[in-house]
Amino acid sequence: MLGEGILKGMLETAKNFAGSFVSEERLTTVEYPEQRIPTIENTRVFPFLVYDGPDWQAGMRCVACQICEKECPPKCIYIEKSKDKKPDFVGKMQIYPARFDIDVSVCMSCQICVEVCPFEAIKMDTQFELATDDRFGDLLLDRHELAKSNEYYHSIHPAEAAEVDARLAHEKAVAEAKARAAAEKAAADAAAKAAAAKPEMPAVGGR
Amino acid sequence: MSIAATNANRADGWNRPPVIESEGEGELLEVAMGPHHPSTHGVFRMDVALDGERVIRLKPVFGYLHRNHEKIAEGTSYLASMPYTDRLDYFCSLTNNWAYALAVEKLTAQEVPERAQYIRVILAELTRIQNHASTIGFLLQEMGASGTPLMYAFREREKILDLFESLTGSRMMCNYMRFGGCRVDVSEPWLDATRKVVAGLPAFVEEFEALLSGNEILMARTQGVGVLKPDLAVNASISGPMLRASGVNYDIRKIDHYGIYDRFKFRVPLGDHGDIYDRYMVRVLEMRESIGILNQALKEVPGGPVMDPKAKLRGFRPKAGEAYGRIEAPKGELGFYLISDGSPNPYRYRVRPPSLINLTVLEDMCLGQNVADVVLIFGSVDIVLGEVDR
Repeated sequence: MLGEGILKGMLETAKNFAGSFVSEERLTTVEYPEQRIPTIENTRVFPFLVYDGPDWQAGMRCVACQICEKECPPKCIYIEKSKDKKPDFVGKMQIYPARFDIDVSVCMSCQICVEVCPFEAIKMDTQFELATDDRFGDLLLDRHELAKSNEYYHSIHPAEAAEVDARLAHEKAVAEAKARAAAEKAAADAAAKAAAAKPEMPAVGGR
Repeated sequence: MSIAATNANRADGWNRPPVIESEGEGELLEVAMGPHHPSTHGVFRMDVALDGERVIRLKPVFGYLHRNHEKIAEGTSYLASMPYTDRLDYFCSLTNNWAYALAVEKLTAQEVPERAQYIRVILAELTRIQNHASTIGFLLQEMGASGTPLMYAFREREKILDLFESLTGSRMMCNYMRFGGCRVDVSEPWLDATRKVVAGLPAFVEEFEALLSGNEILMARTQGVGVLKPDLAVNASISGPMLRASGVNYDIRKIDHYGIYDRFKFRVPLGDHGDIYDRYMVRVLEMRESIGILNQALKEVPGGPVMDPKAKLRGFRPKAGEAYGRIEAPKGELGFYLISDGSPNPYRYRVRPPSLINLTVLEDMCLGQNVADVVLIFGSVDIVLGEVDR
């Protein structure tokens, strides 16, 4: 019969129309600014820099190794190394970024900077409401704007952040054990040397 | 009808297409459809010459979205090109990733772990389903079915994109596959969520078919329109659902056995007439076959790593040589051709885009058809301008 297919199709749409009043699952849209769906944990938008502790400058994990700058496909990262050094999370003296800029109008959210970073310093944010009318001022983020605390990182990617923290804690423990062992060895060496050495020679200290 | 090049060499250097003069009564009308036409899927122009309603010439004009992808890739490392491949066919970024990863794996002779192979198949088939669903939706939209089939398709696509986002972090620009595996491992909850979505897909295809397949308007508009003969399709190196709708049995999943496709049981749907309706039907049937592959793959995902432990992310230098990796992308044969000269960058990087090559027969399909059907024929080719222009 001519028109049978059309009637069958109309029946489908009618089913969906009526179903949207009954079943929550058929109501697939939300009215965005008022209603929100929860952000998916793995979502990535733009990168930020993680810092430990209360002070963003002292706790900055980035050591300005410039790997991310080199690997960034659209080349949106700009880093300047510092002249002086500051201690990192294990207490080793490291340089830090005197300047770290990301042009998020160029960034394409590919996450390669996060993948190549050996220091767990750069991570992806989930904040997407960044619309602005100031293209140069608000979209070129400097290191202060990029710095976010480790607590914030935990709040947006809890599973991933816990994993990273465990790894860093392990690294720190290994580094401390190594330092302690080295110190003990140096002390023992120094003591042995001091015992064996002639009185006029000065004892060589450990590190 | 004669084509007279009356003002091909104008003094002001403006290279107009030649004026066509009608031999019958009345004048021919030249229409520039696009580049900002809602039915051209982006920025694409068709210079159409019309005799009344009939198309007597059609000249496709590409290049509005040219982004210099191949040259950029030759200047950066192998890894840095991966996110750019997402932006070729932005509906199917995961299959683009796979094709590129396959080419680099061939170049560097890398093995892919078992688990990663299964994940790749699952993601590629999910991509195929969402691409075909939205393609049919767009086709119907252009036919004047103002939004209903498209919204149904997008409703399902949304579920699949949510899966992509929870795994890869992004809905469309996934950047997920790596040379020698995948970037992150899938979790058991993710697999369960995928199983749930896949379990709901047959009902969606049923609904889609009940809505469309028997619809008299759709049949009247598509059957016998835009016919592509098999010999022309083969000679023009058409691939994908368009080729199979013309009745040529050519599916790279069956021919190349890339990945682990030889382990799954699936059929290759073929068309008979090569018209728009066949292309529509082939896509619907392919969605069903993809659901079958997904069900088989999701049953037997093995454990183990998802990355080859020897694989290097950055700073590797493949030996001098060349490699061509090709896969059956939802739109056709997607290939990446790489030449290495032993440096960290490819010496030559070439994409074989199915969208562009499938578009080359557009004029042959449109000649003699009504102007209203041009939009339909164009929609049935299934292109994404990001891939056409690169």
